[in-house]
Amino acid sequence: MSGPIVRLFGVIVLLFALLVFFTSRWTVFEASSLNDNPLNVRTLLDELQIKRGQILAADGTVLAKSVPASENTWSRTYPNGPLFAHAVGYSIAAKGEASGLEQSAAPQLRGVQTGLSSIFGQLSPRPVGDDVYTTLDTKAQRAAQLALGGEAGSVVAMDPSTGAIKVMYANPTFDNNGPDPGQNCGAKDCLVNRVTQGQYAPGSTFKIVTAVAGIDSGLYTENSVINGNSPITVSGVPLNNDGDQSWGPQTLTTAMTYSINTIFAQVAEHVGRATMTEYMKRFGFYSKPPLDYPSDQIAVSQPWSSVTGKPFPPGSPDEDIGRIGIGEGGLLVTPLQMAMVASAVADNGTLMTPHLISHVVNQDGQTVSTTNPSVESQVMKPSTAQAVTRMMEKVVEEGTGITVQIPGVTIAGKTGTPQIPTPAEPQRTQPAFVAFAPADHPKVAIAVMIDQSDGGYGATVAAPVAKAVLRVLLSEGQ
Amino acid sequence: MRARNRELVGLVPASLLVTAGFAGVFIQRQNALSNISLTYGALFLGLCIAAHVFIRITLPRADPYMFPLVAVLASFGLVMIYRINPTLARQQAQWFVLGLILFAGTILLFRDYRKLEQYRYIIVIVSLGILILPRLPGIGYAANGAYLGVRIPGVFVFQPAEVSKIGLVIFLASYLRDTRQVLVQGGRRFLGITLPPLKQFGPVVIIWGLAMAILVVLSDTGTSIMFYGGLLAMLYVATNRVSFVVIGLIAAGIGFYYLGTHIPHIHARVETWLHPLNPTLYHAPLGSYQVANAMFAQAAGGLFGQGFGRAALTLPSGGSLLPAPQTDMIYAVITDELGLFGAVAVLLTYLLFVARGFKTAMLARDSFSKLLAVGLSAMFALQVFVIVGGVTRVIPLTGVTLPFISYGGSSIVANLVLVALLLLVSDRARRPA
Repeated sequence: MSGPIVRLFGVIVLLFALLVFFTSRWTVFEASSLNDNPLNVRTLLDELQIKRGQILAADGTVLAKSVPASENTWSRTYPNGPLFAHAVGYSIAAKGEASGLEQSAAPQLRGVQTGLSSIFGQLSPRPVGDDVYTTLDTKAQRAAQLALGGEAGSVVAMDPSTGAIKVMYANPTFDNNGPDPGQNCGAKDCLVNRVTQGQYAPGSTFKIVTAVAGIDSGLYTENSVINGNSPITVSGVPLNNDGDQSWGPQTLTTAMTYSINTIFAQVAEHVGRATMTEYMKRFGFYSKPPLDYPSDQIAVSQPWSSVTGKPFPPGSPDEDIGRIGIGEGGLLVTPLQMAMVASAVADNGTLMTPHLISHVVNQDGQTVSTTNPSVESQVMKPSTAQAVTRMMEKVVEEGTGITVQIPGVTIAGKTGTPQIPTPAEPQRTQPAFVAFAPADHPKVAIAVMIDQSDGGYGATVAAPVAKAVLRVLLSEGQ
Repeated sequence: MRARNRELVGLVPASLLVTAGFAGVFIQRQNALSNISLTYGALFLGLCIAAHVFIRITLPRADPYMFPLVAVLASFGLVMIYRINPTLARQQAQWFVLGLILFAGTILLFRDYRKLEQYRYIIVIVSLGILILPRLPGIGYAANGAYLGVRIPGVFVFQPAEVSKIGLVIFLASYLRDTRQVLVQGGRRFLGITLPPLKQFGPVVIIWGLAMAILVVLSDTGTSIMFYGGLLAMLYVATNRVSFVVIGLIAAGIGFYYLGTHIPHIHARVETWLHPLNPTLYHAPLGSYQVANAMFAQAAGGLFGQGFGRAALTLPSGGSLLPAPQTDMIYAVITDELGLFGAVAVLLTYLLFVARGFKTAMLARDSFSKLLAVGLSAMFALQVFVIVGGVTRVIPLTGVTLPFISYGGSSIVANLVLVALLLLVSDRARRPA
């Protein structure tokens, strides 16, 4: 019987080899796909055991921190709740859900988890992440919230010389505390960060871009004279000035000061689709702004076709470039994009990469990384930037933006009052104001966009909000 | 070194393992090394030395490696269960003590184990009869859809299959010893294949039917495969006819295939085995949640494991992430915490034990002893294969215990009796003629 016994043992060895093979299959060969399987909640549980670092405002105000939950796990609380909810976002490790900085800064907040910790698992302390300092300004953020009141809209302010975002506030907001953020905020789109995702008609604020394209391409100067009569025919359809006013021949500066539509439509058409598209791309249109924020919460600013319901391909011959030149023609933008436009003009034509994270500090108090200001693109020549700055100064000095004046500070700005009439509200507008200040050495670029107003103007509805925020930001550090 | 001294030395690693293991659990639990870990180690060592002294007196020539290997497995199991649930570990330790008492009783009662042959029909009838107990209303219970155990609340839980496997092996060893010659010589050759005579082959056919009945009535794939595999192994050793095994495998294959496709609750188990990551099956009651999470747990372990005491077993809500971690899923917990290397080390320990069992069969001088040793070792190996195979998805999962490691009184007691029988065969085999 010895022969069969030995052979039988061989069979058993083979069966055990099969067990080893299958164990290797799950532990090694298919491990990563199993770890990533949506049914697998283990990764989330690991996440719960990590004490994430804090998120702080520039002045050290705590915006997010970890508090002990049930055994060995942590949960997040947000001391300032709705005020910073859009910028900070939320993290619910148990559900694997996150948004805002909680999502985009997750690697820093979780800290570096090395592979060695698995071998010496039981001996290493529970992982603790790093603290993330943002560039956000608590006082200015609060001023933005106060100035907006309950009005739906958004405020974004940045430092033109560095790209640091100082204010990122949007209404409606939500309370990011609790297990189910955004459930009881009253509005169903309260989780939408209008600063980065809002789709606003820029209206006349876009004339800044048209002016830059016209002057920087060498076709115009700030003193070029153009006929401002109304109406004119653009793309086969009559285009009117506000109140159908015929201005006659006017300089480009005057056209900016009083927001003359017909002149800017002609400039855009003369500059041409290709050049306009090129300048828009340099400002960041047609792509997602490179913000350190989750890209699925950032929208692209671009013109949309009312025929197909889709964005036009850049430079498409179907675009009504004359109307795009005055912020119409299906153009939809984010407030962040318009702040970047103001920022580029303010910083002598250089667009700095916008960022929310200032620096990251580990638990020993050492700074482990700092966001260095970086140039996103050189949009225009410095001389163009200076000319457009002078034009925008006039807007606030004597034009449509006169309401924003702050004694002792020169402000360069541009209003926008796109009409979005509805049968119920034929007067409905979407007021906007884009500015930077002080005009000679800019510290702040700001964009304020209000969702809707019954006949209100950029100057009367949006500009006062910008003024309140500018006051706070300009008074600091003096 | 003499056999018994080798056995004594072999117990040292087992005790070190249990001490180190408890120390590890305590560090993980309270960041402090408690001297209780040393107490546990010392107690365990004491028990093993007592058993060793007993073997030294009663079975001086028995295989010296078997008992230390069992001690290693049992101590490892105790630590794993302690890490999962300290209360269960205390119970398991008590079962281990009871098991050692029955181990000693078996050795004392059946010094001449060959007298078991006289009772072979009683043994087989009782063994098969108790298998039906889990289906009886009131005392039987089902786990994961399979009828595996008997429970008298507050008194005990009992899994008949653990005991039946030993009875079945004793019967088959005796029966095949008597009929092996007839099976081979009385067979007719048909198309070049030796077909066994029906009369003597009858009981074998009955066991085939039994395996199928276990599957249908108890939904217990694991026990079914284990019993049938054990039968084929013994049949092969008794007759040295591969054709019998092939016929047996084909018959079983047809049976399993038919039942797997025609009986709804067995088909459902096959589905969860084949498609555990299907979201519908995953969320269904009695669906693939357990199997899928066994795979996830192994994936989390990787090559080296997450470290002792680090596997996630429960959800923050208190729900179970890995159902039955101390019994069916203990292999998944081991892999999660100690990785592929730890899991393979455990499998190799089992293989070494099985190798000692086969070695005993080789040394045995009479057919009954050989068949008994082969049957017990093969059954033991198949039990490991069935549960580890279920957890790693080689075969559909059923709730058979991982011998000596899983929590479970019947399992540890029955398997210690199994070891006692192997040691009895071994002692006789090594006696000078």
